[in-house]
Amino acid sequence: MNYTPIQLENVSFSYHETLLFDHLNFTLTPNKITCLLGPSGVGKSSLLRLIAKLAPVGKEEKSSGIVHTDTSQITYMAQDDLLLPWLSAMDNALLIAELNPAQCDLKNLVRNAKDLFSKMGLRGSENKLPKQLSGGMRQRVALARTLLTDRSIILMDEPFSGLDALTRLEMQTLSAKLLKDRTVLLVTHDLFEALRLGQEIYILSGHPAKITYRLILDSPIPRDLADPEVIHHQAEIFHALAKDKFL
Amino acid sequence: MKLLLRGIIVFIFLLLIWQAIVSFFRLPSYILPGPLQVFNTLYIQADLIGHESIPTVIETFLGLLLGILLGCLAAFGMAFFKPLAWGLSPILLVSQAIPTFAIAPLLVIWLGYGLASKVMTTIIMLFFPITNAFYDGLHRTEQGWLDLAKTMNASRFKTFWHIRIPAALPHLASGIRIATAIAPIGAVIGEWVGSSRGLGFLMLNANGHMQIDLMFAALFVLITFSLSLYFIVDYLLKKIIYW
Repeated sequence: MNYTPIQLENVSFSYHETLLFDHLNFTLTPNKITCLLGPSGVGKSSLLRLIAKLAPVGKEEKSSGIVHTDTSQITYMAQDDLLLPWLSAMDNALLIAELNPAQCDLKNLVRNAKDLFSKMGLRGSENKLPKQLSGGMRQRVALARTLLTDRSIILMDEPFSGLDALTRLEMQTLSAKLLKDRTVLLVTHDLFEALRLGQEIYILSGHPAKITYRLILDSPIPRDLADPEVIHHQAEIFHALAKDKFL
Repeated sequence: MKLLLRGIIVFIFLLLIWQAIVSFFRLPSYILPGPLQVFNTLYIQADLIGHESIPTVIETFLGLLLGILLGCLAAFGMAFFKPLAWGLSPILLVSQAIPTFAIAPLLVIWLGYGLASKVMTTIIMLFFPITNAFYDGLHRTEQGWLDLAKTMNASRFKTFWHIRIPAALPHLASGIRIATAIAPIGAVIGEWVGSSRGLGFLMLNANGHMQIDLMFAALFVLITFSLSLYFIVDYLLKKIIYW
């Protein structure tokens, strides 16, 4: 079990001459949900885009160092659901079959999709267009699409931050169930989200950003926010985050 | 529907004012006939006007169809082959800067007195808005969608076909709307410059013979045709390109 899904070696990244992170080293643990926590603007999204080889683009983004990973094993879920407005919910979830039919076994995929839709409470919405769905439902379809893309590494860029508090909790519970035993790197600025879902939690902070804190939690997810363990770590993480902000 | 009702009310109101002005100042019909007289002429000359409408309608449809087709092809070509965009975009811009009236007589010399020169005038007028709108749309695909396709290892063709084209269709639709509004104008300009048939020819001829009522009657038919065409196309576009 020496498989390393993602390893960053001395990775630096700058945007418009501003160094976002400098000589960053990081190794992702397989089959766990790792949360990368950090304040807005610290470069979390850039890091994910860099790992997925979606960055650097244009003249203003520059990077150096090595990202060891197999991009053909990566799927990516963004803050925006990115549903295609001309496709039904089901067709959006099955997007991989349109874009890369060689990669998938359609019969199997459709069966999995139907299964996922009923698990996610999306049954009956298969033929609806994205504009006919609520924000929470759209994000669930996006999650279904991400899972059906069937890659071993899932990158998530603040996937629930556009949702209202209650829907967000719902989505976290659902994700905890569906992402179990998958290799996930979830980027968030929400301390509670990290504590509910993270099996490993890292804090990325500072300018240029560094990993300033690491926590491994073995308790099952999704965790209850009233759990004493959660409350204990909450204070600790909050201090770790605030230290960077106010000092 | 509300818009239609509002249009009709405003139209009737304007007709009343028009009739009032003509009656009050006792204008002779060779200067300005009243709407009542125009409608009377429309009724009496229905056969003639109907007959002359046919070529105009055909020219408009052909011009619109071919213009959309060529415009789409040009936009595709430009989006797919960078050198084509490099060479074609200045030509497109120049083609838009040349007044259609200036080249329409040339088209008559080159393509003859018949249908072809009118269709060509129409195509030249609406080629640019179509190409421009569609090319623009093909270039402004939401980056997130392209990233998504990239993480799914989609080929360039698949990305183009499944994402960039459908994403650009609403842009194309606005280009087609503009083109639909100009297409009848293109046909009429073509007829004005040189022809022996069509509503444009009829209007020019009636004007020359001081049959202002006939000119207005033909104009009324032309406007009715243009508006109906626009609303039908608009309705179809909304149905087909629903996102």
